[in-house]
Amino acid sequence: MSARRKLSLGERLVIAAPYLWIGAFFLAPMLLIAKISVSQSVLARPPYRPIFEPSDSLAAIWAKAQTFTFDAYRALVSDTLYLESYLYSLTIAAVSTLITLIIAYPFALAMARAPERLRPLLIGLAAAPFWTSFLIRVYAWIALLKDEGLINNALMALGLITAPLQMFATTGAVVVGIVYSYLPFMLLPLYAVLERQDPSLREAAADLGASPAQVFLRVTLPLSREGVVAGALLVFIPAVGEFVIPDLLGGSETLMIGRTLWNDFFSNHDWPAASAAAIVLVAVLMIPLLLWERARLADEGGA
Amino acid sequence: MSAVVSWARRATLLIGFVFLYAPIVILAVMSFNASRLVSVWGGFSTKWYAALLENEQLLHSAKISLAAALTSATISTLLGLLAAISLTRFGRFRTRFLFFGAVHAPLVLPEVVLGLALLTCFVAFGVGRGFITLVIGHVTLTMCFTTVAILAALRDSDPALEEAAMDLGATPFGAFVRVALPQIAPAIVTAYLLAFTLSLDDLVIASFATGPGATTLPMRIYSQVRLGVSPQINAISTLLLALVAVALGLAALVSSSRARRDGQVVTSLARAPDNAS
Repeated sequence: MSARRKLSLGERLVIAAPYLWIGAFFLAPMLLIAKISVSQSVLARPPYRPIFEPSDSLAAIWAKAQTFTFDAYRALVSDTLYLESYLYSLTIAAVSTLITLIIAYPFALAMARAPERLRPLLIGLAAAPFWTSFLIRVYAWIALLKDEGLINNALMALGLITAPLQMFATTGAVVVGIVYSYLPFMLLPLYAVLERQDPSLREAAADLGASPAQVFLRVTLPLSREGVVAGALLVFIPAVGEFVIPDLLGGSETLMIGRTLWNDFFSNHDWPAASAAAIVLVAVLMIPLLLWERARLADEGGA
Repeated sequence: MSAVVSWARRATLLIGFVFLYAPIVILAVMSFNASRLVSVWGGFSTKWYAALLENEQLLHSAKISLAAALTSATISTLLGLLAAISLTRFGRFRTRFLFFGAVHAPLVLPEVVLGLALLTCFVAFGVGRGFITLVIGHVTLTMCFTTVAILAALRDSDPALEEAAMDLGATPFGAFVRVALPQIAPAIVTAYLLAFTLSLDDLVIASFATGPGATTLPMRIYSQVRLGVSPQINAISTLLLALVAVALGLAALVSSSRARRDGQVVTSLARAPDNAS
């Protein structure tokens, strides 16, 4: 198994279809936006100056390579809109991930410690919203959060507030939307590690005199680290690039990067800028993944 | 002490499930509200459902979405199966690293980025956008999920069983179809359903990849939602939620009966060498 081997003809036939698909509709488009990100923006359709033509000779390609411009990247750094969008997206995603974890942990723990015959039903119920439409779940919150929405009406009927609270179209609403939408992604990995934990470890700690709080902090929590990290990544990564939630629940000041990209592409037709922003976004998201992979490999190496 | 803990757990579960389900239930209840206002109950009515049936645009979009989901889930499951076979059965072939990375990358790629890249590509090569580009977008989006779902099952299935079949004279293809495929059938169904629901639900990729004439249901819902809450949207949402609920219920029933049958399959496989000849 150590040496890289060549594929047989039959194997090649099997792998050809997925390979070609991924190449044509994923790798090629990604290379194309990488290319466009170093092109000049022009008012045309497509709105960038093409870099290479199929008929180009090597010399022509080299000559054209001289015209590569990193203007779009320079603009990314100097344009505060993009910088703010990145920082804002990362902050919102981090805060939402933390809140999701705080809500999901006791929830997952309660499911994992429920009577064994109930567990499949509980985890099924917790995972079911994942199969329902994301858009519909976000939409459901609009009716709750609006000025004339259910939460404000209920609070006013109870006499707790006299004027409606501004909840809709705020950063808080975006966080609520992300926490709600991504909660199943955090619950499932947490439940998986908590359910697997050997109860005798906790009993042993308790027998040795640990208080319930100590048992939790020194046994349960450290042993669930893998689930915490997996859940956090599953929430954080899509949350950074989220478009639907900030667009529907956020206000005009909610400049998340997914939305800025969308606007640049569809409204401003600045494809080089949007492409450069997309490339940077991918690079930013790769960092936590690479760190995770490295930690995982280190863990495996130690084990 | 333990009574307190068990009550705390019950309370946690209750609060957790209320948080998960209350918004959806309220949305469904409000679809039967005679009043146009979202928070004023004006009596029970099914008029918004009747209005749906007359909304030709919405019905057309629902058909487009359904057709795209059926087509893209089929292609995506087939490609995912082939990719999963390649990654589990072909050893360490050349470019496996590239293939593995490229197959998994869309999993963590923001949808906006994938959509933007696809649209750029279609424009650059002069491909007119419509139903076909929509399906291409959805297959690309869902293929990583189908691959991962089938990959996990193929890793769990014992290659020794296939090897045994080949020792007994089966071709690699025959061994795969008759030994591995039945084992991973539940994962293939899961993969298909996953791809189907992801496609049915997708707004971002569709907005980039589709063209005029192939507007999907989520795109229609989205453009109406931006104008505000409307009872008709509640009605169509409730129908979609009910569809998922029924599908999940059926899946749960099938998997529980399959679990019973699987027990029999395993015991009969253990006896297989006797009747293989």
